[in-house]
Amino acid sequence: MEVELTNLSKKFGDVVGVEALDLDIRDGEFVAFLGPSGCGKTTTLLMLAGIYRPTTGTIRFGDRIVNQLQPRDRNIGMVFQSYALYPHMTVFGNIAYPLKLKKVPRQEQQRRVEAAAETMGIAHLLDRRPGQLSGGQQQRVALGRALVKEPDILLFDEPLSNLDARLRLTMRGEIRSLQKRLGITAIYVTHDQVEALTMADRIAVMNLGRLQAFATPDDLYERPPTKFIAGFVGNPPMNFLEIEFAQENGAMQLRSESLELGLPPEFAAAAAAADGAVTFGIRPEDISLDDYGPVSGEVFVVEPLGRDDLLDIIVGTEHFLLLADPKRKSRAGDRVRLSFDMTRAHFFDPRSELALSWK
Amino acid sequence: MTAYGFMAPAGLLVLLFFFLPVLIVLYLSLTNLASANFTSNLAEMEFIGLRNFQTLLNDQFAKKIFFNTIFYVLSTLALFNVTAALIVSLLTAHINRRAGFIFRALWILPRITTSTVYILIWRRMMAEAPFGIINQVNTALGWPTWNYGSENPWVFVILVNGFIGISFGMIIFTSAIESIPKDLMNASLVDGSSYLQRIRHVTLPLLRWPLLFVVTYQSLSLLTSFEQILLLTDGGPGLYRTEVWALTAFHRALSNYFGNTQWGYGSAFAVVLVIIGVVLAVVYMRVFRFDELVAEPRIEVL
Repeated sequence: MEVELTNLSKKFGDVVGVEALDLDIRDGEFVAFLGPSGCGKTTTLLMLAGIYRPTTGTIRFGDRIVNQLQPRDRNIGMVFQSYALYPHMTVFGNIAYPLKLKKVPRQEQQRRVEAAAETMGIAHLLDRRPGQLSGGQQQRVALGRALVKEPDILLFDEPLSNLDARLRLTMRGEIRSLQKRLGITAIYVTHDQVEALTMADRIAVMNLGRLQAFATPDDLYERPPTKFIAGFVGNPPMNFLEIEFAQENGAMQLRSESLELGLPPEFAAAAAAADGAVTFGIRPEDISLDDYGPVSGEVFVVEPLGRDDLLDIIVGTEHFLLLADPKRKSRAGDRVRLSFDMTRAHFFDPRSELALSWK
Repeated sequence: MTAYGFMAPAGLLVLLFFFLPVLIVLYLSLTNLASANFTSNLAEMEFIGLRNFQTLLNDQFAKKIFFNTIFYVLSTLALFNVTAALIVSLLTAHINRRAGFIFRALWILPRITTSTVYILIWRRMMAEAPFGIINQVNTALGWPTWNYGSENPWVFVILVNGFIGISFGMIIFTSAIESIPKDLMNASLVDGSSYLQRIRHVTLPLLRWPLLFVVTYQSLSLLTSFEQILLLTDGGPGLYRTEVWALTAFHRALSNYFGNTQWGYGSAFAVVLVIIGVVLAVVYMRVFRFDELVAEPRIEVL
């Protein structure tokens, strides 16, 4: 089912939860709402669920405007961070609850609950109570309950945040493949960019109640439209630096107090026209340790991540994060030389923080 | 040792104001102490064994008073302290927060109003025709007036106590409802329940423990309450129409006719009440597994 949000706002008294949100979600699409706490992503989800009523704007499911519909008339399934299982009901009772409310005949309830439990791999737990289950099992029950009534739309409110890291990884894949197989439109709220990047077809990045971008994970990573997104998407985060441009011997150069770098020809024309300071951004993986690199610096901190070492390197007065091969056995205090892959540089207007699309 | 030290102040209070009085009452109930034979020489007080209890068993009004008490406790508990309290908390939980708060605050007024003032208001309300606020309203509406006090004393005894009793359950239930996780309440709506279905399938089952607590606690406190009845009807009208056990104990021991107070006999009534209370308390603890009631909360968040 397609979901269309038009000029959607929610105010709590004077506090703005969500402001003027426009979003088109395609049928069968997996969309992640990504943003820090308080950015309005859960508020939006609760408006979709029918728990909150929008202050302005419309919500459309397919060709129906659902603003005035009660949650139970929206045919949605929802999975919560706290699982929200009914503690006084068994697993069977929990999954059967939506069917019972729909007055589905008892035998069909039985059949559909067992099918859902089978899909989620919890068929052997049907007569337990939520309190007797592990977090992962509880989350599977919650998923089963959301799926059993064959909803048009699945809503997820940070469903994996309470699971341990390993389980989170498995559940990520499971939710994703289940959603693809069933072809249900899914909206997934998370503050974890890895979840958003790995699971979603498209990501709606929100900050301070406003939509910052709505794009595929690749687009967001490769061409972040704002400095906020550039810094928020990607781990470790992008390095930022205030710079100016200068011309030397006919070639454009990028300069800061502690750094001078040549600029590849594709940026040259735009850089020549730039007026004053610009924010330069470069991802850690686009800086490398290179004994013949043009920039010299000193290792400040080494954080071993296993596969890589995360290095914090001081160049003049600037800090850069980059990833290095642990075999180099970098140590704090080492003198190193760096090379920058300037074809992958990003530039932002320091005032509006919008990306300068120069390529 | 430190543990006992910390418990000592509370323990001392319980000893002084609960155990000691119980022991004194127990002792008094075995004597014939009364204003009729009271001298300044306490040594003349006669120890008469269980004779007071014998008299009590043969008292022609004891049976009536006993069933009065059961009727009073059960009706007040069922209608007000539990049911009305539950309805008030469910209603106020489903309306605007501020309005709900104001509404609940109003319901606390009967409890915090001085009992004499509170009862005076009720006595003005229910006064005999042609007086009384209710009768004024009746007259204004063209309805017949009525002698509420003498015709329906129980209605008013139960109303008066019920209005006070509501606030206790209301506070307990409201806090229990508020502590149900928001996600759980939202999940129920998303799963397809109406607000009424949510109350039936989710809210009420989660209120099981608070419900049991209010039933046990309030039945015990109603058993021993009498001041409102004393002020409202003084057990009347007529002979023991609304007299309850605790009130009889008071009447016999401290407020008998012509100042003829029978401290020993009154104490016997009190002792019966203590025994019933203790037995009920033990039964409640067993049946409702009180240790679980006061253990960890039943509403699991995660």
